[in-house]
Amino acid sequence: MHIVVCIKQVPDSAQIRVHPVTNTIMRQGVPAIVNPYDLFSLEEALRLKDKFGGRVTVLCMGPPQAEEALRKCISFGADDAVLVTDRSFAGADTLATSYALTAGVRQIAKEQAVDIIFTGKQTIDGDTAQVGPGIAKRLGIQLLTYVSRIVETDLENRTITVERRAEGGVQVLKTALPCLITMLENTNEMRFAGMPAMIHAAAYPVRKWNKEQAGVEDLEKIGLKGSPTVVSKVFGPSPRSEKVEILDLETSTLRDVSLNLLQKIFTRHPTLESDLLMKELS
Amino acid sequence: MSQAPTPNAAAAAPAKRPAGRGRNTELPEHLKAYKGVAVFIEHDRGHVHSVSWELLGEARKLADILGCQVSAVLLGGPDEALEQFAAEAFTFGADKAHIMKDPILKGYRNEPFTKGMTDLINKYQPEIFLLGATSMGRDLAGSVATTLLTGLTADCTELRIDPASKALAATRPTFGGSLYCTIMTLAYRPQMATVRPRVMLMPKADPTRTTGQITYDTLGMVETDIVTKLLDFIADANSNKINLPYADVVVAGGKGMKNPENFKLLFELARVLGGEVGATRPCVQSGWVDAERQVGQTGKTIRPKLYIAAGISGAIQHRVGCEGSDVIVAINTDPNAPIFEFAHYGIIGNAMQVIPALTQAFSAHLALRSRQVA
Repeated sequence: MHIVVCIKQVPDSAQIRVHPVTNTIMRQGVPAIVNPYDLFSLEEALRLKDKFGGRVTVLCMGPPQAEEALRKCISFGADDAVLVTDRSFAGADTLATSYALTAGVRQIAKEQAVDIIFTGKQTIDGDTAQVGPGIAKRLGIQLLTYVSRIVETDLENRTITVERRAEGGVQVLKTALPCLITMLENTNEMRFAGMPAMIHAAAYPVRKWNKEQAGVEDLEKIGLKGSPTVVSKVFGPSPRSEKVEILDLETSTLRDVSLNLLQKIFTRHPTLESDLLMKELS
Repeated sequence: MSQAPTPNAAAAAPAKRPAGRGRNTELPEHLKAYKGVAVFIEHDRGHVHSVSWELLGEARKLADILGCQVSAVLLGGPDEALEQFAAEAFTFGADKAHIMKDPILKGYRNEPFTKGMTDLINKYQPEIFLLGATSMGRDLAGSVATTLLTGLTADCTELRIDPASKALAATRPTFGGSLYCTIMTLAYRPQMATVRPRVMLMPKADPTRTTGQITYDTLGMVETDIVTKLLDFIADANSNKINLPYADVVVAGGKGMKNPENFKLLFELARVLGGEVGATRPCVQSGWVDAERQVGQTGKTIRPKLYIAAGISGAIQHRVGCEGSDVIVAINTDPNAPIFEFAHYGIIGNAMQVIPALTQAFSAHLALRSRQVA
């Protein structure tokens, strides 16, 4: 079984700060990590490999330093890593990104046919959840997003059955391989990378492909040129004009503060009290 | 995986810059025929998702500025009440409804829905196409945009028409809400966008507006063509149904609640107020509460009448998910916590003491008032 897991190196959004005057991202000192959502997909891929044997190849598009993210995946147990990196990919939106990654997947598949492709549910920096569906559509394979559980993989009949999170329940879907899966978060827990694995990863020769090596044929479809969306403005959140009213616990009792707050809430929202009473009576 | 804009673009970008630097931003002649605003009406097991009506409200405003029509798009099985949904869509501002009925379209599957939706777009040529950012809408939007090779902006918080280009200016948070960016699709059609439930206001239905033009189209697929089979739908147990986005009152806790045991205090207050309990991402990641309860950029967007935030610092990622609430009350020991920058009322104190006092006060007040009413 050959599985490709597409990952992205992202800045740890919990540690991002925005420059208050220029509204630009202050990247200094912000660590770059493997997109956390991708790790649920990588772990699921590794579990399938544990069960059925085979290989897991991780694929990433990004600047040369994204190699570190791929090494991290090798340390967890991925067998091979490919970074498609080229200056001409810069400025890609999700459509252009899915084109470049699809080209990379096709090149990898020339070496060994691919059974399943995983991507993360979404990234923590862009949050679009668009690249996975984009790759599936470009490859013309079935798409299973928000998978909460892989129920059964039947390699003989080349089928896979999964549970997919939907509004108000889960869909049980059965499809044919190859397919593209995006895993829901918290569906598994990433394994621990031991010291020998980390040493192996540190020395692993991550393959770096430029656009020719990645098999990109149409230069009009990558980078800025291949991106239909245009960023016209970047700005910070606007501060609220109204200032908070602090109810002081120092000068009054907890009970009085609570009653005071109640009155303020009901005055500010005149229908709330009757709404609550309606609920209470029904 | 990727997004728009890319981190690199945002990092290098000044606060403002000319749109479309270095590429074609002219709308080609053959795409100028695209007119109107289309909305995907998401429904499942007999119910339309409220996000579809919220989108129709926005679509109406955009169409009025552009001087064009709003169409509701309904895909479903022959035994589903698509005409009834269409009539409801008219009351929320749709002028037309495009219905596609086929047994294959009963229950969402990516492949037939993508085919049906792209066919309808190619036929009716809307300039703007909006979907809810739900598991169904996001799955479909990405597939349709890639098939049509057009631009798609996810999780928008504001939709406007750019006065100069008449293009859709879609604003969305990026970098977990630290920044906002406005994105346009200038040279491609339709301009696609998704919006999360509860981000836009629910429009008022106009009960007199019940008719509109309905068109019917066929899917043109047979079941044997379709690779993915829907074997079953396992509905969530009632006890697991957490409808956070549409709750009237949300009582939420952060790491300041110290431990999952203390969340019981929040559940008690929420029970008295007939509301739901929410939480911050760190609490969900620590397994204190179900992921369905997460409020914020990567969780749910809520706009309850009353939001009580206990032991929540108010990081920007959390703020974007709750700042639309009518009344925000924050309880925190740290007077400098960012939550006080957007709360209406604040109590600087220990939530473990304040919450039970509030529960007591609300409970006594509501009991007294309901006796008076009765």
